Amino acid sequence: MPVIKRVVLDVLKPHQPNALEFASALAAHHSGCVIRITVIEVDEKTETTLVDIESDDVPYADIVDTIQALGASVHSIDEVVVSSAPSAEI
Amino acid sequence: MIAQLRFLLQLTHAQRIARRYFVTNGFDGALTMMGLTMGFYSAGTAVAAPVMISACLGAAVALAVSGLASAYVSESAEREKELRELEQAVVGDLQDTAHGRAARTVPVLIAAVNGSAPLVIALFIMTPLWLEQAGVPLPLSGLECAIALAFVSLFLLGAFLGTISGRFWLWSALRTLAVALLTAGIIFFFNA
Repeated sequence: MPVIKRVVLDVLKPHQPNALEFASALAAHHSGCVIRITVIEVDEKTETTLVDIESDDVPYADIVDTIQALGASVHSIDEVVVSSAPSAEI
Repeated sequence: MIAQLRFLLQLTHAQRIARRYFVTNGFDGALTMMGLTMGFYSAGTAVAAPVMISACLGAAVALAVSGLASAYVSESAEREKELRELEQAVVGDLQDTAHGRAARTVPVLIAAVNGSAPLVIALFIMTPLWLEQAGVPLPLSGLECAIALAFVSLFLLGAFLGTISGRFWLWSALRTLAVALLTAGIIFFFNA
């Protein structure tokens, strides 16, 4: 069964929580995931970010739920790495 | 639960607002109690302790309810407005998100701080009146001790403000003490 190893999401989020708090909240809800956030654009009330999630098995649906619970929305999936079998390295 | 509340406070920067409300309404409570006790003191005739306690308690409760209601009404309106603006910006419904929860929870927390600050400080200032009534020996009369506690409360509030603003705490404390002395002077002037 295919396993998501990495996914990069284009996420529009409010300024608060900031990128550090946002990444920490995601990591706290999904142990085993490595979260990397890059702020691409800052507007008056929002910022466009690239949320890069790596894990042995990325829980995509749960990640999207958490992102939405934090007041942000997923605009697109920009990059994915999917493996057909579990492996030690991506 | 506490971690969740802390997150919501962090999300809305509400700690700063709550701290500001605590100081401003606490100041109101302390100054009102000082005004009442100074009024009783400068009246010249001895006022019965139960009368003083009832008057002070009435003022304290009124300040608490006023603080609770005014902060809740104004904060919830402000948070609703901010949430609507944020919903327009992200083009989505945020009611079930952390922002929606914060808009509903934070006004309650801030109202609780705003209401409890004058009540707690007023009850602290009234303590000598109760102690005197209960027959506990005090170094001065209950009323004089209450006036002293009012000055101490205002001094401490000033020191707290000085500490959080990063200034020299004593300077800030002396400023609030000066306000208290000025108020006491005005009360004495009108009762003379």
